[in-house]
Amino acid sequence: MNKIVEKEHFSENVVKLVVEAPLIAASRRPGHFVIVRCGEHGERIPLTIADSDTARGTITLVIQAIGDSTRKICALEAGDFLTDVVGPLGKATDIQKFGTVVCCGGGVGVAPLLPIIKAMKQAGNRVVSVLAARTADLIILEPQVREHSDEVIIMTDDGSAGTKGLVTNGVESVINREKVDMVVTIGPAIMMKFVSLLTKKYEVPTVASLNTIMVDGTGMCGACRVTVGGKTKFVCVDGPEFDAHEVDFDEMIMRLRAYN
Amino acid sequence: MHNNTIAPRDAEWREQLRKAMTAKQRTAIPRVKMPELDPAYRITCNDEVNQGISAEQAVTEATRCLDCPDPQCVTGCPVGINIPGFVKNIQRGEPLTAAAVLKETSALPAVCGRVCPQEKQCESRCIYHKMGKEPVAIGYLERFAADFAAMAPENDWQSPAAVPVKAKIAVVGSGPAGLSFAGDMAKRGYAVTVYEALHEIGGVLKYGIPEFRLPNSIVDKEIDSLRRLGVEFVNDIVIGKTLTYDQLVAAGFKGVFVASGAGLPRFMGIPGENLIGVMSSNEYLTRVNLMGAGRPGWDTPVKKGHRVAVVGGGNTAMDSVRTALRMGADEAYIIYRRSEAEMPARVEEVHHAKQEGVKFMCLYNPVEYKGDEKGCVTTAVLERMELGEPDASGRRSPVPTGEYVELPVDEVIVSVGVSPNPLIPNSLSGEGLNVSRKGTIEVGDNMESSIPMLFAGGDIVRGGATVILAMGDGRKAAQAMAEKLEV
Repeated sequence: MNKIVEKEHFSENVVKLVVEAPLIAASRRPGHFVIVRCGEHGERIPLTIADSDTARGTITLVIQAIGDSTRKICALEAGDFLTDVVGPLGKATDIQKFGTVVCCGGGVGVAPLLPIIKAMKQAGNRVVSVLAARTADLIILEPQVREHSDEVIIMTDDGSAGTKGLVTNGVESVINREKVDMVVTIGPAIMMKFVSLLTKKYEVPTVASLNTIMVDGTGMCGACRVTVGGKTKFVCVDGPEFDAHEVDFDEMIMRLRAYN
Repeated sequence: MHNNTIAPRDAEWREQLRKAMTAKQRTAIPRVKMPELDPAYRITCNDEVNQGISAEQAVTEATRCLDCPDPQCVTGCPVGINIPGFVKNIQRGEPLTAAAVLKETSALPAVCGRVCPQEKQCESRCIYHKMGKEPVAIGYLERFAADFAAMAPENDWQSPAAVPVKAKIAVVGSGPAGLSFAGDMAKRGYAVTVYEALHEIGGVLKYGIPEFRLPNSIVDKEIDSLRRLGVEFVNDIVIGKTLTYDQLVAAGFKGVFVASGAGLPRFMGIPGENLIGVMSSNEYLTRVNLMGAGRPGWDTPVKKGHRVAVVGGGNTAMDSVRTALRMGADEAYIIYRRSEAEMPARVEEVHHAKQEGVKFMCLYNPVEYKGDEKGCVTTAVLERMELGEPDASGRRSPVPTGEYVELPVDEVIVSVGVSPNPLIPNSLSGEGLNVSRKGTIEVGDNMESSIPMLFAGGDIVRGGATVILAMGDGRKAAQAMAEKLEV
C-alpha cells in the first residue's frame, strides 16, 4: 500500500500524484517506470516515473484518465492509497553528452520526458524541448521544462499556445537551423511514429519511450512485445526506450488496440 | 535414510501393521480411483477437478503399501519424503501425524499431492510395478493427509511459531523453490525474508497453475503455515531493481537464495506471431489466474476466444487449453509437433483435457498466423510433421513434410517453453555472477553460485522444470547454506 501525499489536476483528465515509495524514489533513474495497481481486483498499469524526491521518499506520477483503471487512479485523493506500486522497472535512459538534444513530448508524455530533460541538461547537453498538445490547456509542466531547457518550443494543433502545428513541425524547425545530435520522444505512439519518420529523413539518432500494454512488467508475460529491427523485444525488460528508427510503430499501434 | 523422522520403520506400531496382513492380501486390493467432477459440469466453472479421496478410501489405499524394507519410492522423490512413514500413519488412522511426516521434508505437501508427476517419480518406483499391478497412489495419499491436516485446528499438528535466532537470510521469489528453501531455513532457526516481485505470494503456483488443478486457497494455507514458522513475506519488491544484492548484503543478510523463476516466455519467431489474439501461455494464465480476468468485478481484461489453438504439449499447454474451455471456447485445440507419445504433459492432464473435449492435433506445427484488417488473428497455418530419429531429448524428432493445413482460429496461446528471467542475472553481471549461454545462473552441486553465499535454484537454474524439482533445489540449497553458516 502506497500513500498518495499530493494531488494536482493538470487538466480535467490529467492528474499528478505524488506517492510514498521510498525504495523506488532512491533507486529510480530517468526512463524507469513502475507498475501500479488500484484496488484488490485492479489491473496492473505501467506508468513512467516523472520525478522523485529521495528526502521525502516519494515519486511523482502523471496519469491520464483514458480507461476504467486510469479513471479509478485519477479519482484518488491525497491521503488515499494505491494498492501496489512496484519498480523501478525497465532500463534507464542512456544519458551522456551528445551535444544538442531535442526532447519532444506530446500530451502526458511530457511528464516522463521531464527527468530526461533534466538529466540531459546536467550531462552538459544543449537541450531544446518541444512540447505539443491539442490545445493550450493540455500543455503540462511547461515551467519545469523551461527551468531545465535551453529553449522551449510549444506547438498546439489549434494555435492557442506557441506555434500552430504539430510536434514534427517544431522538431523540424530546430533540425533546419542547427545541428541536432539526438532526439528523445515520448508521447502517443502515432506522434512518436511521425517524429521517427522525420528524424530518419534527417538521419538524426532518435530514442522513443514505448508505452505498450503490460501485465506483470517484469518480463514474464510478453504482452508488451514489439518488433525492433525485425526482432521481437519486450518493452518491460528490453526497453522501454528503443532506437525509434528500428521500431515497427504500425504493429505497436495495432497491438495497443487489443482490448479496445 | 530417515534417521530423524517421527515415523521410523522399526517403530512397534509399524511392525504390527506389517504383520497384520500378508502381501498377497494387500496386493489383492485394487488401486483407489480419484473422484472427479463430471467433465460437462467442470468446464462451466473453475472448481477443482480432482475431488480428493475419502478417509475410508485413504486407509484402504494405504493398506496396499507393503512397507518395503528398502522403499524405492523414496528414491524417486526429489525431496526424499519418508513415504512409507506417512502412508502407514494414514493406514493406522493418524492422518495428522502423516501430515507432520510430510512436513519434515516438504514445505508444500498439499501442492505436491496435486501437481507432482508422481507417475514419473515416487509411484514409478513402486514395487507393485514388478507384479504387473498399479502402484500405490502415493500422490492421492499425500494430498489426503495434507488436506486433512489443513482442516484441523493448527495447534493439533503444527509446531508453534518459531522465534528466529540465527542469521538473516533473503529469498528472491516466492514460488516453489523459494518457499521450500524458506521453510527449511526457518525450521533451522534462521530469520528468513522472502521478496516477491508480484503483488501475490506463491509465484507460478498462483499465476500459472489454474484454480481447477490447484486452488489458490490451498497455496495460501501452505504459505500461512510458513508464516507461522516465522518466515516473513514482502511483496512488490524486485530484487535487482527496487533493492540491489549489495543492499541486501549491507542490510545484514548473510545468505541469499535466488529463485526468480523462468520469466521470459518463448515465441517461435514465425510470421504473424504479434497479431492481436496471439499470446504466451504466461500472459493468458496470468490474466486469468492472478488477475481474475473474466470474473465479474475484476478489472483486467482477457480475450475470450471461440476457436482457440494452444501450441505445445506440456502441462502449461494443458492448463491453457482447459482454461480456454472454461472461458467459453467452442473449440479448443492442442497443436503439438510430435505425437502424443512424446508429449511432456502428465498423462492425467492429457486425459482430463480429452474428457473435457479438447481436440488434439498432434504432428502439426504452426508456420504462420494470418489476421484480418484490424490485426486480429484469424488463421493458423500448420505444417504436417512426421516422426524421425530421436533427438537430443531422446524423443523422436518432428520432421516437416511440406504439407500444410489452415485452421480458423481467433485466439492462439503459445506454450512452447520459457527462458530464465533476465532481471537478476543482468543486475549481477558486474558482480561476477556466472550465467550460462541460455541465461540460467550456474551453480555447483550445493546450489551455490560463483558469488559466495549467493545460492540459486528452480527454473532460474534449470531453465524450465517442475514444481517438485524446484522444491528439491530449495531443500538442497538450504542444507548447503546452513552447513556453510554453521561451520
